[in-house]
Amino acid sequence: MLVRTARREAARRGPRLRITGPELDDLAYQAAADALVAITGKIGQFRGKSRFTTWAYKFVIFEVSAKIGRHFWRHPAVRLDAEDWSRLPGRFGADPAHQAEWGDLFAALRRAVASELTPRQREVFVAIVLNAVPLDTLVAHLGSNRNAIYQILFEARRKLRAALVAGGYLGHDTAGCS
Amino acid sequence: MNGWPALDRFLRTDPRDVGCAEAMEMLHVYAELMAAGEPAEERYPGIAAHLQACGPCGEDFAGLLAAIRGETP
Repeated sequence: MLVRTARREAARRGPRLRITGPELDDLAYQAAADALVAITGKIGQFRGKSRFTTWAYKFVIFEVSAKIGRHFWRHPAVRLDAEDWSRLPGRFGADPAHQAEWGDLFAALRRAVASELTPRQREVFVAIVLNAVPLDTLVAHLGSNRNAIYQILFEARRKLRAALVAGGYLGHDTAGCS
Repeated sequence: MNGWPALDRFLRTDPRDVGCAEAMEMLHVYAELMAAGEPAEERYPGIAAHLQACGPCGEDFAGLLAAIRGETP
């Protein structure tokens, strides 16, 4: 059951990630094996709030995720710290033909990254946003966990938006969001 | 398209967002409710907010939902 779920999940994600064939199969088998270890270790924490199989599948999915993150960390194309800021507008779909419209916005964003963020927030922002490093890959590299990196990026996003709103580049908040 | 809408969406943070740890802790419950057609977002708005904002957790949720649905005869 675990192997079947891991293979399906790896196959679901594989085409987008350009991992195929034996490599993908190997990843799935390793994920299933590690999920079994996690399930065995945590079985006392199962509270019956869902079916047992759903709870068990969750660990398979997490293991597939983690292994894909580590897979890309070993990939030589992944660069964390390169800072080619000319790529920033493209990350958000800005059309080069309309540079006159968005040039000031992205210049202000770059200034805010430099002035508002802590070194750790800046490192995470550059890796994930500028260099498009998958979050789980950054987690593997930094030996951290997904929640910690997400919270760093969350705070960075909040600060950057506040700076751009204060500068008149973005509109004020709407209900429920900041 | 200019860069405003995508950038604005990315930078917006939802104070209800529970973060990865809490969302992952309850993901099996949330996914099962969703698979059953129950209003999971209303019951767990903080998890719904998180899954919308966090790509990796959203992907895990999609995978878990697919796994649940895949076992349905």
